Amino acid sequence: MKILVPIKRVVDYNVRVRVKSDGSGVETEGVKMSINPFDEIALEEALRIKEAGKAEEVIVCSIGGKDCQQQLRTGLAMGADRALHVVTDDEIQPLAAARALLKLVEKEDPKIVFLGKQAIDDDCNQTGQMLAALWQRPQATFASKVDLDGDTATVTREVDAGLETLEVDLPAVLTSDLRLNEPRFVKLPDIMKAKRKPLEEIALAELGVDAGPSLRMTAFEPPPKRSGGRMLESVQELVDELKNKGLL
Amino acid sequence: MTSILIIAQHEDGTLNPATAKTLSGALRLDAEAIDVAVFAEPGSIVAGQAAKLDGIRRVIAVEGDGFKHPTAARLAPEVASLAADYSHVFGPSTTFGKDLMPRAAALLGVNQVSDIQEVIDARTFKRPIYAGNAIVTVQVPDDATVVATIRGASFSAAPDGGDDAEIDTRSATVEDSGHTRFVRLETGGGDGPDLQTADRVVSGGRALGSAENFQLIYGFAEKMGAAVGASRAAVDAGYVPNELQVGQTGKIIAPELYFAIGISGAIQHLTGIKDAGTIVAINKDSEAPIFEIADYGLVGDLFEVVPELEKLV
Repeated sequence: MKILVPIKRVVDYNVRVRVKSDGSGVETEGVKMSINPFDEIALEEALRIKEAGKAEEVIVCSIGGKDCQQQLRTGLAMGADRALHVVTDDEIQPLAAARALLKLVEKEDPKIVFLGKQAIDDDCNQTGQMLAALWQRPQATFASKVDLDGDTATVTREVDAGLETLEVDLPAVLTSDLRLNEPRFVKLPDIMKAKRKPLEEIALAELGVDAGPSLRMTAFEPPPKRSGGRMLESVQELVDELKNKGLL
Repeated sequence: MTSILIIAQHEDGTLNPATAKTLSGALRLDAEAIDVAVFAEPGSIVAGQAAKLDGIRRVIAVEGDGFKHPTAARLAPEVASLAADYSHVFGPSTTFGKDLMPRAAALLGVNQVSDIQEVIDARTFKRPIYAGNAIVTVQVPDDATVVATIRGASFSAAPDGGDDAEIDTRSATVEDSGHTRFVRLETGGGDGPDLQTADRVVSGGRALGSAENFQLIYGFAEKMGAAVGASRAAVDAGYVPNELQVGQTGKIIAPELYFAIGISGAIQHLTGIKDAGTIVAINKDSEAPIFEIADYGLVGDLFEVVPELEKLV
């Protein structure tokens, strides 16, 4: 069985993102880029499934410009067997991503497509669900635990009310939440080894994907600032302040 | 013409307040008609609750077996088929809506506008990106159905209690494929107010040090009539269950009064509380980032401050 793990190149988790002064976008020039952390968790889980003998091959894929091959190489260094790079310089929105991924699914026939629940740049939280819809297969989103048994996956999901468990027939789309696992660190010899693993380039145009009606981003702005308030000296003072404001 | 379909969320025979908040967002659009779709088991009382919401034209009650715990796979085709009569389909930005709405959007061949926090006009919205570090204005093209989720923390619940809207009861039209099966739902089972909608929230962080010590937070919250929340660090450490997590990847909340106790204030936590009315921070470390956004800060040992506070309130 194959597992396909789509990964997205995003501004690193630790970078404090700034809106450009002219409001045309977010400053990404010279900023550290990484695999979207949720995708990294998805990849880790796929690798653990393979290491447990329940999958034969883990394939990472990404859609974007040349630069995203860095993240694909990192994925290979983590342990993925090979990589697919759907090459495009266009901005890709979730529907186009899902339609492109469906083409890869048709080509590779994976039993599981494991994605992060959302990308930490656009915070859309859509692509996995969209792929499942187009593929007409089950989805188990926000997974914090995955058990495989033959052609079924039992998935615990982090939902607002607590933990929901779903049973889905494979093939299926799974998306990872934070507590699913802690991704491994990549070791230097693995980075060297990853350079020799296969990475196939496919032009997005070749896949014949209709991007659909795209949303237009017309302006970017920093969030309104919450100004810090006052430091108080005692519990009594705090209680008095809250009472004055009518909060107690 | 703007006509909006709202997808209701409900659990255990009760309409979730996120539905009224979604309606509140929809009411900003100046729509000709707003309908609410309730997917429930035959005979459910939820449609009747939805009918009480003010400002809606009708409730479409879609009844189906297995709609007690419906999955996104089951509901998305139903939503997509109802959507043909509307220019907009809105759902709540809860795990229910986040799971379901993109699946429906894909069937309709459109991108979704996730987490609307402000309505500019019928096709233009503001939403947070980069964990709330930037706000983008998004425009949906004229020929596309607007599928969106509404961020509850940005809208107060629309009122109810006026005349009941009519209820149009229908049967589910799409066969259950059976490939996705609900097994169970485990809830932490706290008796206190619901974290997502509570007026007051008391949250604890890693500084509590253990699940036993977290009882201090539960005790103070009970005295305050507040819901209990937690930072990601406290959840990761196993002090409290996941559903109490407040922050970018947990719940985004907007209580009138928020206590952050022993929480340093990582950006992802701050994202979850920045719409709160008044934020009180209690922390041993005077340099903790939480003090940069708190309305009232108190530097001190929480194990001394909280019991004293509990006595005085």
